[in-house]
Amino acid sequence: MTADGSRGTEAPPELVQLLTPEGERIEHPDYPLDLSPEEVRALYRDLVLVRRVDMEAVALQRQGELGLWASLLGQEAAQIGSGRAMADTDMAFPTYREHGVAWCRGVDPVNLLGLFRGVNHGGWDPAEHNFHLYTIVIGSQTLHAVGYAMGIQRDGAEAATLVYFGDGATSQGDVNESFIWASVFNAPVVFFCQNNQWAISEPLEKQTRIPLYRRASGFGFPGVRVDGNDVFACLAVTRKALADARSGGGPVLIEAFTYRMGAHTTSDDPTRYRVAAELEAWKLKDPIERVRAYLFKNQLADQEFFDAIDAEADELGRDVRKRCLALPDPEPMAIFEHVYAERHPLIDAERAEFAAYLEGFEG
Amino acid sequence: MTTLTMAKALNEGMRKAMEEDPKVLIMGEDVGKLGGVFRVTDGLQKDFGEQRVIDTPLAESGIIGTAIGLALRGYRPVCEIQFDGFVFPAADQIITQLAKMPLRSLGKLKLPVVVRIPCGGGIGAVEHHSESPETYFTHTAGLRVMTCSNPADAYTMLRQAIRCDDPVIFFEPKRRYWDKAEVDVESADWPPFDQARVVRPGTDVTLLAYGPMVKTCLEAAKAAEEDGRSLEVVDLRSLNPLDVPRIVESVRRTGRCVVVHEAPVFTGFGAEIAARVTEECFYHLESPVLRVGGPSTPYPPSRLEDHYLPDLDRVLHAVDRAFAF
Repeated sequence: MTADGSRGTEAPPELVQLLTPEGERIEHPDYPLDLSPEEVRALYRDLVLVRRVDMEAVALQRQGELGLWASLLGQEAAQIGSGRAMADTDMAFPTYREHGVAWCRGVDPVNLLGLFRGVNHGGWDPAEHNFHLYTIVIGSQTLHAVGYAMGIQRDGAEAATLVYFGDGATSQGDVNESFIWASVFNAPVVFFCQNNQWAISEPLEKQTRIPLYRRASGFGFPGVRVDGNDVFACLAVTRKALADARSGGGPVLIEAFTYRMGAHTTSDDPTRYRVAAELEAWKLKDPIERVRAYLFKNQLADQEFFDAIDAEADELGRDVRKRCLALPDPEPMAIFEHVYAERHPLIDAERAEFAAYLEGFEG
Repeated sequence: MTTLTMAKALNEGMRKAMEEDPKVLIMGEDVGKLGGVFRVTDGLQKDFGEQRVIDTPLAESGIIGTAIGLALRGYRPVCEIQFDGFVFPAADQIITQLAKMPLRSLGKLKLPVVVRIPCGGGIGAVEHHSESPETYFTHTAGLRVMTCSNPADAYTMLRQAIRCDDPVIFFEPKRRYWDKAEVDVESADWPPFDQARVVRPGTDVTLLAYGPMVKTCLEAAKAAEEDGRSLEVVDLRSLNPLDVPRIVESVRRTGRCVVVHEAPVFTGFGAEIAARVTEECFYHLESPVLRVGGPSTPYPPSRLEDHYLPDLDRVLHAVDRAFAF
C-alpha cells in the first residue's frame, strides 16, 4: 500500500464479488444468489433512500440543526446488503453509523437524528426492532453481541446476532476479546467489519499488517472478505454466515471492503489526510450506480422506475427534515429520568431540589 | 439459623437465587470447577451445570461486556471479578455501558447485572490484590454500590442485589470471608438493602464505616467504652444510594462524626460523607467531621499493610481528636 492514492483501490483477489462496478452479474461458487427483479428493485430503492436520508442529515448538521452526523456515504451496499440478510429473530448491534441497517430494521430515521440533535441518547426500542442502540465507544458492542448470542444458545433459539464495527475498532481490546469469547463458546454471532479504510485520519495500515478478514483464523473461525460496495455480495455472504451461525456453525467474520466517501463525522476534514485521487477511484465503485446499471442493462427497470424512486427519496428527505425540526427539546426534569430502574433516594432528592429551583423563576 | 462463614453465606445466596430463577447465571474466571479462588462459588457448577456457571476466558472487559449482552437477552448474570485491582480492565464496560445503557434506552432496557468484587487488604497479598476502588463506582451514575460487613448481610444483600433490576457493584471484604455468624437462610424478611444500620448504639461519637472496617470500628467502640466513651457504629451497607437520613439522625444525636474506610482519604468516599454531614448537621457538630483511611499512596507491599490499614488505634486516635476540639 502506498500513499499515492492507490491504497485500497486494488480489488484483492480474495474479494467476493457478485456484481461488478459496471453492473455485470458474476457467479461465485460458495455464494449463490437468486434474486427476483422485484427484490433487486427493492434493494435499489433501499440504497437510494438511505443515501437521501444521510444527505439530508448532513445538510441539517450544516444548518446547525444537528450537533453532529456520521455519514454512511459510500457504505450503503454494505449496510443494506447485510441488513436485508437478517431474519426477523436476528439481533443487530450497530456502531453509530449504521443508518442503513436501522432502515432495514424499521427504525424511523428521525429517531436516529434525535441522538445527533441532542434530544436523547437513542430514541428507539431495541426489542421492538431487534436493532440495538447506537454505541459510541469503539468496539464495546461486539461483546454485547456475543453475550446476547450466548443467551440465544441458552434459550435454544434459532437466531443469531450481527454486530457492526469498523476497521479502527479491530485494534480495540474488546473486539479481540469478543472474537475469543465467540470462538470458545461457539456463539451464533456474525462479525461485520465495514473496512472503510479510515479511522478518522488513521489509515488502515495503522491498524493492521494483514487483511482484516484473515484475523479470524487466528481466533479459530472463518473470515471472508466481500466487496462492500456490492449489495448482492454483502447480502449473499451475510445470509450464509447468519444461516451457519443459527445452525450451530459458530461465528464468522465478514470484512466488507468499502470506502467512507465523506468525513468521519461532520466535525472532520478528510482533505487534511487523504488525497483526491483515492476518492475519485472509489467513486467509480459506487454502490448505487452499479445496481442501477444492472437494472438498466437487463431491462429490469425503466426510467419511470428510477424517477419514481428519486421522487420518493426527495419526499422522504423533506419529511425527515420537517419532523427533525419539529422534535421538541426534552423537559428539563428529563435529566433525572431512567437513570435507575428502581427507586433511588439521591436522584429523588436532587430531582426535588432542581424542581424547586426552577419553580423559583416562575411568577 | 445456620452458622456460616461470609464466603459460605455468599455461596448460599447465589445457590438460592439460582434455584428460584433459572435466568440467574454465574460467570467469571475460575468460578466453575475451582469454585473461585476464594471458593465463594464452590459447588455451583457441579449442581447447576456449565451453561449456568460459566468459566470465562481471562479477560475482565469480556466478562462484563458479555454479561451485558446476556442481560439484554433476559438473563441475570452475577459476575465475579477475581480481585479489586483487576476491575480496571472492565472499567470501560462498567462505566460507559453497564451504567448508562438503561438511560440511553429511555428506560426500555434493564441491566440486572451484579459485579462481585472481593475488596480490601489485610490478607498479605501481592500488588493489585488489596485495593478499595469503591469511589470510582459510587461516582458513576446508574450503578448501585453495596458492601457487606458480616455473613448475614452478605447473604441477604447479595440476594437483593441479584433481584434488583439495576446494575450493582457488590464489594466483598475478603479478609472477612472467613468470619462466622448466624445466618437465617430461610427467612425472606430482609431489611431494605439501601439502608444503613446502627450496629452498636452510642451517644458521644458516630463512627461511620462499611465493609471490612465495620468490625474494626466495633472493636474500637468496645475499647473506648473502657475509657468511658460511648461510640455509635453505623454500617453504611449501601454506598450508592447512601442512607443520608440515618447518618444525619445519628450525628445530630452524638455531635461528633468519624468516617473510617481503607481507601485513601483524598477524594475518597469519606469526603462525600463529610460534606453531606457538614451541610445537614452544621449546628449540631461539636467538632469537624474527621476521616480515617489510607494515605494518598498506592497500596503498599504487604509487610507494610498493617501500617497502611486503619486499625483500632487509628480509629481511637481520631476519636481523641474529635474530643479535643
